[in-house]
Formats: sequence, structure tokens, C-alpha cells
Amino acid sequence: MRKLGTASKIYMILIFVILYAPIAILIFYSFNESNSTSVFTGFSLRWYGELFRDEATIKALENTVVLALLSSLISTALGTIAATGIYYSKTRWYKSSLLTVNNIPLMNPDIVTGISMMLLFVFVGTMLKISGVLGFMTMLIAHITFELPYVILNILPRFKSMDKFLVEAACDLGCTPKKAFFKVTLPYIRTEIIAAFIMAFTLSLDDFVISYFVSGPDFQTLPIRIYSMTKKRVTPDMYALSALIFVTVFVLLILTNIAQDSALREKMKKRINKRRVAS
Amino acid sequence: MNNKTYNGISAPYALWCVVFILAPLAIVAYYALTDSTGAFTLDNITGLSMYADTIARSVYFGIIATAICLIIAYPLAYFISKTKASKQKVLLMLVMVPMWMNFLLRTYSIMVLIEDSGIINNFLLSLGLSPIHMINTPGAVIFGMVYDYLPFMVIPLYTAMTKLDVKLIEAARDLGATSFQTLRDVIIPLTNSGIVSGITMVFVPSVSTFYISQKLGGGKYTLIGDVIEMQFQTAYNYNLGASISLLLMVFILVCLFVMNKFGDIDEGGSIV
Repeated sequence: MRKLGTASKIYMILIFVILYAPIAILIFYSFNESNSTSVFTGFSLRWYGELFRDEATIKALENTVVLALLSSLISTALGTIAATGIYYSKTRWYKSSLLTVNNIPLMNPDIVTGISMMLLFVFVGTMLKISGVLGFMTMLIAHITFELPYVILNILPRFKSMDKFLVEAACDLGCTPKKAFFKVTLPYIRTEIIAAFIMAFTLSLDDFVISYFVSGPDFQTLPIRIYSMTKKRVTPDMYALSALIFVTVFVLLILTNIAQDSALREKMKKRINKRRVAS
Repeated sequence: MNNKTYNGISAPYALWCVVFILAPLAIVAYYALTDSTGAFTLDNITGLSMYADTIARSVYFGIIATAICLIIAYPLAYFISKTKASKQKVLLMLVMVPMWMNFLLRTYSIMVLIEDSGIINNFLLSLGLSPIHMINTPGAVIFGMVYDYLPFMVIPLYTAMTKLDVKLIEAARDLGATSFQTLRDVIIPLTNSGIVSGITMVFVPSVSTFYISQKLGGGKYTLIGDVIEMQFQTAYNYNLGASISLLLMVFILVCLFVMNKFGDIDEGGSIV
């Protein structure tokens, strides 16, 4: 393989600098003493203090985590079961139409998914004469709905590599179909389920557009809070928040990478040991 | 287990799809075809002609942003795929970190940077240069789109390039192809799937955005997303909002269908 030339290295560095410069500047100004966004007057942690004293933001953070956990748990459970059913289904039209519908939220712009769900909730609300339907429940339903397609697409391909006689063998050996699912299928697709859960969780944490349309005044998530804060001129506690989110994302990504690496090493070790036993 | 039970266990999901994916879309169509009293009307559909400018602008901005993303990301993805395996992982992570950071904050950070009294202009002033007006221009909006969605282009391209067989490039060179010919006849066709999914992943959010145009366009360059957002959050004309959303959805689905003809998206490196 040819080595990369200096020009291409400079190109890469340049793109990364542009990609990170705005974020770096935000983090830099989050430590600013005054509330100026352009003149640095001195180092202080004042804005971090203000951020933690801002109850609405802390509440929004709490809401975001609760919603993300709950929605991703439900969507992962529902999606795992759905993927199993879809894979083994032999009714071709049923299978293909489910997969097509599954793709709709992936292809549709978020704004369309958001307003379509909002209209459903408002429509049902007016039918049942309930005012103020939008709130935690509608947010939960919407988040589960947009997470499900990702969960299913994460898990489904794994079945293709599974020996279909494994489940049959378990049943022949006396397992009930239910027991075979828990003893054979579930452990086999375990890694994909965890990956699907993490993906659903992060999607939920990060979602703004869909949440924006289906949320009510009583239940705000962090992205919605950020939106309403950036509507007017913001104080640097916003920057402090950006800095904290950035550091969290960075650390999480590094941790997952290390976890994946060690899982891979573990796998390789096992394989080598197996070969040793075999020979 | 027989087939019926397998269909049975995916039934809850099928029900969920009908109630929360299909029914909402039907209701969008219902709102688009009725007025505020619930009577059938085509006014919302014919009223769309009022927004012809907005629609044209959205598509135009979307195409430019997608093209710039492709031009920037293609070499970047190629260079990343040519570095050492251990380095590739780090570089890919560097591409992904901004993607996981809230896009509202990222967009806001650009605003802070390019405002009239922003960081760049203050810097220029301190050097004794005259400030440049950048914010609230079409360029600022397009830059915001490129900045926010660039990772969506890099990742599928990178995935497609890792599948590229180096021997094919060497063979092309051995047989006398110039660099340009190799790129045009070998590398681009083989990374087609990545190009197609990259384009869709940048174009769809760019066309439908409303936050970027609000913050970086100062409300001067309204896009389809802005009009929809306005109808639902401030003007409360759900019927008109629904008809615009319907138009946006049909437009995107047609685009995806056409794109799919050009490349097999299932083979591509979409990040899902």
C-alpha cells in the first residue's frame, strides 16, 4: 500500500480543525469570567456553578435520562421479539410489508415523523375531549416508535448467521419453544441486543426534532430546553453545558471502544484456546 | 413452533406500526385535505403554490450542501481508509464525536463564531482588518448544513472504501490508467453504494431543517422546515402544515426511490 502524501495529511488535519474549532471555542469561553462571548477576561468556573443552580435545566436532564432509559428498554424488548417473529415468519407478504413499514421512519424526514405523531395525538385528544394530551406519554410513544426500526435492523441480520437447526435441536431435546428462545436464540443474539439498546438510548438522548413536536409544557428534555434557551441571547452557562456534553460523549465513545476491543481480544483468545484443544 | 406462532409474536410490533406509523401518516393526509371545520377541501394543496419560492430554495440549498459535503468527504474518507488500521479507528471516532453532540449546540457554536460581533470579526478587528458580514447570508445557512451533516457523509463513504479491493486499483494503474481514470472508472463505481447512502443521509435532513435556517439565516431565508414549524408552533394552521409535510414526504420518497435506482442501498455503508 502506498503511504499517504503530506498534502493528504494536511487536508485531513484541516478538516478536523474546522470540525472541532467551533466546539473548542465554546469550551474555551465556558471558562470565561465575564459573560462576554468574544472577549476573554479571565478564568472562572462561574458558569458551571450557574448551570448546576438552573433547576429547569437539571430537571430537563433528569427527564432526558429517564425517557431515554425507559424508551430504549421497551423498544429493545419489543424489537427483539419482533425481529425473531419477522425472521422466522414464512408468510412472505406479511414479512415484506412489515419490513417496508419499518423503513418508513428511517426514510421520512424527522420533521414529518414528528408532526404526523403530533397530529395523531391531537386528533385522538380532540376525539376523546382531553386537552393537553402532549406530555410524557406522547414523548415515550414517539421515542419508542423512532427507535424500533433501528433496533430491528440491528438484530435481524444476526439471525442469518445462526444455524437454524440449533432451535430444533433444543426442542428435540425437550425444550419448549419458549425455553428454546431463552436458552438458545437469546444468548446467540445477545451482542446485537446490547448494541441495539445503546443505539436506541443515544438516539433518544440526542433527539430534538421529533420531541419538539410531541412534547408538552410539563415535560421538557434537554434538547428542547437548549432550543428554548438559544431562542434568545444566551449566557455562557450554555457553553458550560456544551462542554460537559462534549466531554461525556467523548469519554463514552472511548469507553465503548475499549470495551469492544477487549471483547474482541477475549473472543480471539477463546478461539485460539479452542484450536489448541482441537489439535 | 409453527408459522402462525411466529407471526403471532411479531403481532404486537405489527399493531404498533399500524397505530403509530401508518395511522399518523393517514391523519396527515386527512388534515391536508380538510379545513379547520373538518370539511373536505383542496385549498391547502393549491395553497402550496404560495410557497414555491421556499420549496425551490430548500431544494437548492440542500443540493449545494450535499454536493459540498460529498466533495469534502470523499477524499477524507479515502485518506482515512488508507491509514494504519489502529489509526483508522481513532480518526473515525474523531469524525463521529461531533455527530453525537447535540446539533443545536453545534449550530449555535457556529453562530457565536460568525456573528457580526462574533469571535472571527473580533479577531479581524484586533488585527486592524475590517469585519466581514457572514451571518444571515445563504452561505452561512449552507455552511451550517455542511458542518452539521458532514459526518453523515464520511461514515458511509468510509465503509464503502474499506471494502474496496486495493488490487483492482493497482491493476488499473498497471494497465496504464491515469489517476483520474482510476478514480472515475474504478474507485467511484465501486464506492457507489456509499455515495448514494451518504447523499441521502445529508440531503434529507438538509432539506427539512428549520433550526439551521433560523439561527444562521436570521429568518431571512425560510426553508420548508421553517414553514412547517411555523404552522404547527406559532400559526396553528395544522391543515396547511399537514399539506406542506405531505409534499415534503412525497418529495423525499421520490428522491429516495430515484437514488435507489442508482445504487443498491442495502449493500451500502449506511450507519444503521
